[in-house]
Amino acid sequence: MEEKLTLFKNRKRFGIEKNIDIIFKNTALVLSSFVAIILLGIILVVFFQSFESFSRYGLKFLVTSEWNPVKDEYGAFTAIYGTLVTSFLSLLITIPLGVGTAIFITEDFVPKVFREIIGSFVELLAAIPSVVLGLWAIFVMEPFFRAFFVFLHNFFGWIPLFSTEPTGRNSLLAILILVVMLLPIVTSIARDSLNQVPKKLRNAAYGIGASRWKTIFSVILPAALSGIMAGVLLALGRAMGETMAVTMIIGNSNAFSWSLLSPGYTISSMLANQFGEADGSQVSSLFYAAFVLMILSLVVNIFAQWLVKKFSLKY
Amino acid sequence: MNSLYYQKRLSRNIGDKFFTSLSVICALIAILPLVFLVTYILYKGGSQITPELFTLEPNPPGDDLDAGGINPALIGTLIITSIASIIAIPVGVGGGIYLAEYSKGGPFSRFIRFGVNVLAGVPSIIAGVFIYALIVSTKILFGSMYSGLAGGMALSILMLPTVIKTTDEGLKLVPNELRYASLGVGASMYTTILKVTLPSAFRSIATGVVLGIARAAGETAPLIFTALFSYYYITGFGDLFYEMGSLAVLIYNFALEPYDAQNKLAWAASFILVLSILSVNIFSRILAAFTEKTKRV
Repeated sequence: MEEKLTLFKNRKRFGIEKNIDIIFKNTALVLSSFVAIILLGIILVVFFQSFESFSRYGLKFLVTSEWNPVKDEYGAFTAIYGTLVTSFLSLLITIPLGVGTAIFITEDFVPKVFREIIGSFVELLAAIPSVVLGLWAIFVMEPFFRAFFVFLHNFFGWIPLFSTEPTGRNSLLAILILVVMLLPIVTSIARDSLNQVPKKLRNAAYGIGASRWKTIFSVILPAALSGIMAGVLLALGRAMGETMAVTMIIGNSNAFSWSLLSPGYTISSMLANQFGEADGSQVSSLFYAAFVLMILSLVVNIFAQWLVKKFSLKY
Repeated sequence: MNSLYYQKRLSRNIGDKFFTSLSVICALIAILPLVFLVTYILYKGGSQITPELFTLEPNPPGDDLDAGGINPALIGTLIITSIASIIAIPVGVGGGIYLAEYSKGGPFSRFIRFGVNVLAGVPSIIAGVFIYALIVSTKILFGSMYSGLAGGMALSILMLPTVIKTTDEGLKLVPNELRYASLGVGASMYTTILKVTLPSAFRSIATGVVLGIARAAGETAPLIFTALFSYYYITGFGDLFYEMGSLAVLIYNFALEPYDAQNKLAWAASFILVLSILSVNIFSRILAAFTEKTKRV
C-alpha cells in the first residue's frame, strides 16, 4: 500500500477525474467516521438522559432495590444483580461445554466431514433469533425442566439458591437459555484459537511421549488460552446485553431473591418491559439503568479486545 | 517387549478414554438444542401454515378464536429490514473502503476499527434506547413518534459494524498485484477501487452483508419501543411514519398472550422467520465452501 501511494503521489492528473478521486476519498473518510459518531452519540445521549436520575439518586441507585413509579423511588439493584448472576452462571456452564465441543471439533476423533457438520450445526444455532429461543423456552423448555426444578428444590432447598418453590418462569431458565445462546460464540472462537496453534507444538509433545490429552491440557490449551479468554469475554458481554429470550423466560419481578428458582429481572429485561409505558422520572431512571448496562458491556468488550491484542499468539 | 504394545489398563490410557468421551458428550449436548429447536418449530409452526396466514391481518387477542394472519408483520419486517439495509450498506461499505484502501494503519483507522468492534458489542436494546431518545421522544421525524422508519434506523446501528467489518476484511484479501496493475495502466484510485478491487471482493462482501441482513431481520429488542407494533395492513408510503409491525415483535407479543390462537400465530411466524434465516445461512455457507474449492484448483 505504502509503496504504491508514494509512487503515485506526484502523478499529473488534471480536471474532473482528480476531483472525483478526492471527493471519493473524503466521502469514504466521512462514512468511516460515522461509526465513531454513533458510538459517541449513544454514550452521550444515554448519559444526558440519565442525568436527572443520576443527580437525584447518585450511586445509591445501584444498591437499592425499590422500583416504585407511584412513590417515584427508583433503585436498580435487583436488575443489576440479575444481570450479573445470569450472565456469570450461564458462562460457568458454557465454558466447559463450549471448549469441550471445540476440542472435539479440532481433534481427529471422527472423520473431518462429521466434525464440520457438528461445527456448522453449532454455528447455525447462533443464527436463530433470540425471540424464537424465548418462545421455545416458554413452551418447551419450561415444562420440560419443571420436574427437575421441583427435584432441585426438594433436595437442595436448604441452599439459598434453590430456596423457593418453582412456579413457572424463573432465573434458572434464563440461565439455561443463555447457555444455548452463548454456546456458539464460545465454541466457534475456541475452535478458531485451537486451530491456530501450530502443528509442530503438537508433534513435539507427541514426540516426547505425551498422550493425546496430556498434549491438549499442557500444550494446546495453554497456547490457545488468550483467544479462548477473549471469546469468553465477548460471550459475557453478549450475555449481559441479551434481551428478548431472557425477558420472556425470567419472569420479570423486581422483588429481590437469592433463589434462582424465583422470577428475576435483568437490566435489559427491565428496559424491554417498562420503556414503552414509562413517563416522568421513571424514564430517566431507565436511562440510568441503560447507562449502567452500557458501561458494563463496554468494559467487558474493551477488555476482551485488549486481551486479544496483548496476548495474541506469537509463534 | 511388552511395553511396545498399547496397554488399556495404563492410567494415561484410561484418562485419555475418559476425556475423549467427555468431549464427545459435550459435542452431543451442543448440537441438541438446534436439533430440538428446529424440529419443534418445523412441526409446530409448519402445521399452522395456510394461505390465509400470508394475507390476513392478525386479530387483537381475546374475543376471537381465530387469530388471523401475519401479513402486516411480514411486510413490516421486509420494510424495516430494507430501511436498515439502505442506511447501513452504503455507510458500511464506504467506511470499509476507507479502512482497507486508503488508511495506512494510523491512529484514526485504528480508532475506527476499535470503534467497530465496540459498536458490535453494544447490546441491541441500547440501540433501541438511543433511537428512542433521539427520534421517538423528540418527534423529530415530521412529528411522528413510534414509526417503522425509527425501527429501521435502530436496526441499521446493529448492521453497521457487520457491514464495515466484512467490507474491510474482504478488500484486504484482494491481492495487491491487482491494485498495482490497475494503477500501473493509469487508472485513478477510485476507478481502481470501483472497477477492480470491489468487484473481486464482491462475493465475500455480499455474503457478509446478506448474513448481517438475516441477523437484523430477527432482531426484536431495538424494535419494541421504536417501531412498536401494528395490527393493520400497510397500505401506502405514509405508513412509514406510523407504528409498524414486524415478525419478531409479533412473536414476542403473542408468545406472552394467554390465548392459544395467538400462541399458534407466534409459532407460525417463528417458522417463517427461522426458515428464511436458516436457509440464507446455509446457502451462503455452501456458496463459501464452493468458492473455496474452486479457488484451490
